[in-house]
Amino acid sequence: MKNILIIGATSAIASACARLWAAQGASLFLVGRDTGKLEALVADLGVRGAAAAHAWPMDATDVDAHPAMLKAGEQALGRFDIALIAHGTLPNQAACEGDAALTLREFTTNGTSVIALLTVLANHFERQRSGAIAVVTSVAGDRGRPSNYVYGSAKAAISVYCEGLRARLFKAGVSLTDIRPGFVATPMTQGLPLPAALMAQPGAVARRIVAGIERGADVLYTPAFWALIMAIVRNIPRPVFKRMKL
Amino acid sequence: MITARLLSWGNYPPFPQVPLACHWRGDLPDQLALSRQVHGTTLPYGSGLSYGDSCLAASDHVLHLRPLDRFVSADWIAGVLTAEAGVTLEEILSVAIPHGWFLSVTPGTKYVTLGGAIANDVHGKNHHRRGTFGRHLRRFGLLRSDTGRLTCSPGEHTELFNATVGGLGLTGLIEWAEIQLMPIQASQIKFVTQRFDDLNEFFALSAELDEKHEFCVSWIDCAARGKSTGRGIYMASDFASSGTLTVETSHKLTIPLTPPMSLVNSLSLRAFNKLYWRRAPRARKFGQVDYDSFFYPLDSILQWNRIYGPKGFQQCQYLIPGSEARSGIHSLLAAIAESGTGSFLAVLKRCGDVPSPGLLSFPQPGTTLALDFPQTERLVTTLFPRLDAIVREAGGRMYPAKDAHMSGKDFRRSYPAWSQLEALRDPALLSRFWKRVTQ
Repeated sequence: MKNILIIGATSAIASACARLWAAQGASLFLVGRDTGKLEALVADLGVRGAAAAHAWPMDATDVDAHPAMLKAGEQALGRFDIALIAHGTLPNQAACEGDAALTLREFTTNGTSVIALLTVLANHFERQRSGAIAVVTSVAGDRGRPSNYVYGSAKAAISVYCEGLRARLFKAGVSLTDIRPGFVATPMTQGLPLPAALMAQPGAVARRIVAGIERGADVLYTPAFWALIMAIVRNIPRPVFKRMKL
Repeated sequence: MITARLLSWGNYPPFPQVPLACHWRGDLPDQLALSRQVHGTTLPYGSGLSYGDSCLAASDHVLHLRPLDRFVSADWIAGVLTAEAGVTLEEILSVAIPHGWFLSVTPGTKYVTLGGAIANDVHGKNHHRRGTFGRHLRRFGLLRSDTGRLTCSPGEHTELFNATVGGLGLTGLIEWAEIQLMPIQASQIKFVTQRFDDLNEFFALSAELDEKHEFCVSWIDCAARGKSTGRGIYMASDFASSGTLTVETSHKLTIPLTPPMSLVNSLSLRAFNKLYWRRAPRARKFGQVDYDSFFYPLDSILQWNRIYGPKGFQQCQYLIPGSEARSGIHSLLAAIAESGTGSFLAVLKRCGDVPSPGLLSFPQPGTTLALDFPQTERLVTTLFPRLDAIVREAGGRMYPAKDAHMSGKDFRRSYPAWSQLEALRDPALLSRFWKRVTQ
């Protein structure tokens, strides 16, 4: 059965994926900030059929803690078949516009901390010469929009980083999936004025993610119709785009 | 807003609820306190499958507990499962069946949450043997705005335990619960079925077969009149003693949109019911089905409540006690048939005498009749007063989870323990139902 490392395990999308893997009998190593939430997840996944579930409290922005976490995970599981990076926040764009320090903090959480994790994970998987890495980015990374370009640019940085890393890991037989969810009904989006017709449930998104990682997809829009929406958004001419309220 | 329109299953009364999603137990105390501070009162809301206004907050701001959906522990030797309140019965079955366990009591839909099943003390086709859901509840965690967290069981905070079982979500937030499951050898159901021509035949069949079987229920033709009043189809069943332990993932249809008017009218009703009755075997027939099609036939049509159109519908479940049952049910059916309204699925079931710990638990020894009515003005002004009078006369009662109309007087008469529940109610919690029938 599969051994799976999840960073940002308490996020709604990651938990939904973990449930699907648990039902397959996987062993999981769950990394997140909140010990209480991680323990609730461990108990839940055990009942759902996980062969084993371990909790490891860590703040993903604490880059120095990454190698120790990886080592602990390796000791607990033996090896990793899948690593999913799913942590993130939704920055308050307006607040960021008036506060450079906040902008940089948000960029660290959503961008550079992920790049730091990918650096150590890539080396690990490259040595292992097998397995799958997956990163939750966002459709917001496809184009900077005035309403959330701090978040969007951090996600875009990861997507571009992944584009290059994917080609490197390909030679080692390791897949790297860039997961770009649209609007998903999670605690992160609660209370936002998003169109109800476009909202997806974490469970449905997770099914597509688990299947996509399984087949080693490169870029995965979820729900799938976002591929079409973003193709249109990417192709709006700049003179028009800059006049739009998005 | 993304999720800003929760209603009850009947889509009536039309008071959209604004939800505050609750994902983590650790956040609940703050969320409860915040709701109290901002809205005065609130109400826990699970799957929203209560038909009327018992799941609608008086403030129209609910705490949405469906996202609180983690299992806590499972003992597959003893069949004891602990889960957070938002876990659905479907999710419980999906982990329990492969280990040879089933819910001791299940209602007719598997989409209800554990918290909702407790708050309404739901019952099922084996009520005559195992009583209500609350009978199989070992413990639960309750969070109140005044006393904080408590663990309640039959021997611990007994008063609150009893008040919370069937307590309509008013005694505090159920955070988690521990239930006793029922062992099964196989997930298939062996049944015997036979149609009956009138109510006398129903009571004869029920007297003969109920005792011998775990599950008993009857579909009844609520459009049949005169000599045919009370005709229907009886079914009794048990879990098979051999077979497989299979979690069913049935193919689901969805009613994609709400039609501009109710598809249930006097014409479609009579035609469907007649056809359905005629299709059933006159002689006793035996067969086997999977548990999903047996217990949850309507769950395979998602959003079936939409067929009643934008005005929605009201479901009612009446219970007529013991000796009055035969004449009481007959009078109800005659009045309904005469009115030309009613539903495709009317259900008749004899309840047993297994007591529930719940103060306000609905079932009592007697016979219950449950059916839907498309919402119309005439229903409220003409038919309901007539039916309610019959029930009152027979000393019966109605089910709060399926009610949007009963008078406060009828409620207080038929649930005399209501004042005890009121005394134990969390001051931060109030439903539209409770306000309607007690204030």
